[in-house]
Amino acid sequence: MTSDKKQEVHTHKIGVYLWIWGLLFVFSFFSYMVDYINYQGLLRWSLIIFFMLVKAGLIMAIFMHLYWERWAIVNVLLWPMTAIGVFIAIMAAESYYTFFSRMFYFVVGS
Amino acid sequence: MSQFDISKLPKGSKGFMYDWGSDQRAFKGVPWGKAMMWIFLLSDTFIFSCFLISLMTARASTVVPWPYASEVFGLTVFGTSVPLLLIAIMTFVLITSSGTMAIAVKYGYEKNRKLCGWFLVATALGGLTFVGMQAFEWSKLIFHDGVRPWGNPFGAEQFGAFFFMVTGFHGTHVSIGVIFLFIFARKVFRGDFETGRRGYFTSMKSDYEAIEILGLYWHFVDLVWVFIFAFFYLW
Repeated sequence: MTSDKKQEVHTHKIGVYLWIWGLLFVFSFFSYMVDYINYQGLLRWSLIIFFMLVKAGLIMAIFMHLYWERWAIVNVLLWPMTAIGVFIAIMAAESYYTFFSRMFYFVVGS
Repeated sequence: MSQFDISKLPKGSKGFMYDWGSDQRAFKGVPWGKAMMWIFLLSDTFIFSCFLISLMTARASTVVPWPYASEVFGLTVFGTSVPLLLIAIMTFVLITSSGTMAIAVKYGYEKNRKLCGWFLVATALGGLTFVGMQAFEWSKLIFHDGVRPWGNPFGAEQFGAFFFMVTGFHGTHVSIGVIFLFIFARKVFRGDFETGRRGYFTSMKSDYEAIEILGLYWHFVDLVWVFIFAFFYLW
C-alpha cells in the first residue's frame, strides 16, 4: 500500500473543471427551458432524458474522474446500470398492466 | 504492491482483462477507500433507482391525474408566476457546489492547503444553501398548500408520499455531506494530512485522497439531483 501513496498523482488544469461547470450550467438551463417553453409529449421527454444523460455523463466522467480511471473499475460501476434498465422495463410493463386493470374494473366493473 | 508501474500496464479493454485476471488486487492504482466509496455509491444508486422506478410505476398506473410539478413548484415573482423557479435555483446552487468541490480536490492533490480548505468551505455553504431552500420548499408545500403523504389538493394522492420520500432522502444525503465537508475543511486547515494526525473516529492517518473520496460522495449527490430534477420535477 505504501507505494500507492507515493505514486505521483497528476492533476488537471483548473480550466477543465470550469468548462464542465459552465457546460452543466448551460445544459441545466436548457432542461429548465424545456419546462419554461412548455414543450409536451415525446419532444419534452426525449429532451429531458437527453439533457439528463449529458449532465450525468459529464459529472461522472470529469468531476468524478471516471474518464481517467482504468477500465477495471469503470466496468464494475457501469454494467450494473443494465440491471436498473431491465428493472425499469419490467416495472413499466407492470404499471401499464395495473393501469389497464384499474380502468377495466373501475369503469367496466362499476 | 510495488511490483507494477501503473503507466506501463495495458489500457482500455485489454487493461480490464489484465487487471481482473492478474490474480492480485483488481483495482490497480485505486486506493481502498476510493474503491469502497464507489461501491457504496453503486448501492446508493440502486436505492435511488428504486425510489424513482416506483415513482414511475405509481405515476403510470394511477387513474387520477398527476399534479403538474411546473405549477406546484412555481413561484410568483413581482406579480408574474415563474414555473419551477426555486427548483431551478436549487439546481444551479448544487451544480456550483459540485464545481467548487472538483476544484477543492484538485488543490488537495496539489497540496495547496489553504485553497483546498476554502473551496471545501464554499462547497459546504452551497450545500447549506440548497438544504435551506429545500426546507423553504417543504414548509411551503406543507403549511401553505397542505400537501401530505396521503393526499394533496393538486391531484393523485401518491404525489406527496413520493415528494417527501425522494427529496427527503436526497436532502438527508446533502445534509450528511455538508457535515463531512465542514469536518474535512477543519482537518485540511489544521494540516492533518501533512502532520499525519490520526482521525477521531478511524484513528488512522489520512491523505488528500480523502478529499477526492469525499468529492465522489458530493458529486454523487449532485448526480442524483440531476435525475430527480428530470424525473420528479420536469417529467
